[in-house]
Amino acid sequence: MMHLEQVVLLAAEESRAVAIEGSAAKTDAPALVLQDLHKSFRSQIVLNGIHLNVSSGETLAVLGRSGTGKSVLLKLIIGLQKPDSGSIHIHGQEITGLDLDALNEIRKKMGFLFQHAALYDSLTVEHNVAFPLKRHTKITDSEQRDRVKELLAAVGMEGDLQKMPADLSGGMQKRVGLARALALEPAILLLDEPTAGLDPITSGEIDELILKLQEEHDMASIVVTHDLHSAKTIADRIALLHEGNVLIEGTFQELEKSDDQFVSEFLKRDS
Amino acid sequence: MPSTLTSVWSLTNRFLEWFGNLGLFARQVLRAAVRRPFEGRELIRQLDEVGSRSLPLVALAGAAIGAVLALETRSSLVQFGAKSMLPAAIVFSIIHETGPVVTGLVVSGRVGAGIGAELGSMKVTEQIDAIEACGVNPYKFLAFTRIVACILMLPLLTLAADFCGVMVGWIANTLVEPISFQKFIHQGLAGTSFNDFLAPTLRTAAFGLIIGMIACFQGMRTQGGTAGVGLSATSSVVLSSLFVILADVILVKFILVFFS
Repeated sequence: MMHLEQVVLLAAEESRAVAIEGSAAKTDAPALVLQDLHKSFRSQIVLNGIHLNVSSGETLAVLGRSGTGKSVLLKLIIGLQKPDSGSIHIHGQEITGLDLDALNEIRKKMGFLFQHAALYDSLTVEHNVAFPLKRHTKITDSEQRDRVKELLAAVGMEGDLQKMPADLSGGMQKRVGLARALALEPAILLLDEPTAGLDPITSGEIDELILKLQEEHDMASIVVTHDLHSAKTIADRIALLHEGNVLIEGTFQELEKSDDQFVSEFLKRDS
Repeated sequence: MPSTLTSVWSLTNRFLEWFGNLGLFARQVLRAAVRRPFEGRELIRQLDEVGSRSLPLVALAGAAIGAVLALETRSSLVQFGAKSMLPAAIVFSIIHETGPVVTGLVVSGRVGAGIGAELGSMKVTEQIDAIEACGVNPYKFLAFTRIVACILMLPLLTLAADFCGVMVGWIANTLVEPISFQKFIHQGLAGTSFNDFLAPTLRTAAFGLIIGMIACFQGMRTQGGTAGVGLSATSSVVLSSLFVILADVILVKFILVFFS
């Protein structure tokens, strides 16, 4: 008799295969491929063989209990931490063994919105958004100013150029963080808890903003969140992490149909 | 007894581990330093932060030392009938030892705490991760610029401290027994060579390296939220002051051997 966990894993594998097929239909190759990713901190195993794919124009929401390694997953993708084993392919290029210069080139293709926005508190809103442009483009100062205004207008913050991060609310900081993440027109967008700590109305506004930007820029996005409503709104697919693995992966409707107890409890608790 | 040995062993291990990590940090900063871009704008900002903003405090400390030296030394020299040696005693003492050390300690307090707290706060709020995620090397953008600013500014600040010390020393001396500034300086510099002035002043570049390196290292390895930031600021000041004093002892011996 098959153990329940094996059944769930098989279902997840099947769902993943379906999802990959679906993604493949959208574009030729996935923008981001994670294979057998392992990460431990001392004796604590955080990720234990993660497999995920995200294609251009697709948004994957990663859900899971606190401490299941969702944020660690994003930090592995952008190279802020190194996996113990496994591979990460960005547009077909393996990045886990790259030196810093090569990794920085890859990072230019990625935008990262941190959980608390992580705006540089010694710089104004304008200079925060201009930070990646100054370092990685050769545009003139006036072109740079125009680009910053354009980015801030896209997130509804065009009137706050000279404000300091400390003068902004949590939602406004997230918007500016999003504008900074989009500055280099990334092909991959990583969002760590974009709606955490925000009221439902601001959360809804951020969700709409992400959807709008997604439509405009056609990026491959991974959204780590606890907010199931947000995941349902913005994600094409959802991956639920449990005990270091992807327990189930698929559309929200597919997750709802799952008879796994953890999945049901997770969806019920958040709904 | 075994518990004492265990404590000593553990302390030694932690010290060696700290030194090892400091060495790795220094290597990363050096590797980042030789690559483009050279972050000129940030360096200028840091030169202003370390130099201009420390100037009033350093000048005040130098002036206080000049006044105290003039008042304290006068009574001793009068006792031994060597009153005419007073300008030389003040100038020599300030240029050789007091000026550089006081500048090093004042800067390690002001700048060391500032860098430790600023970088510590950036670390715990993920701002350093955000810089790295943008494809910018934080070892260059944050650490290298601050370390270079400390190295370049310490000798200049020492000159300012020396100048204020000598000026106030002359004023304090003149208030008791009038003497022209020209005569004071002439007597003060009698018997001193350019090396007596150059070597101690350049010694403070090493103090700058120590202050910048330790403060950046402590700041960028901060853990544990706001409590960690406080700890980084404190440890930056304590460790950089301690190593400035140790370096002073070593460098004084070095200068005596090679420059005297």
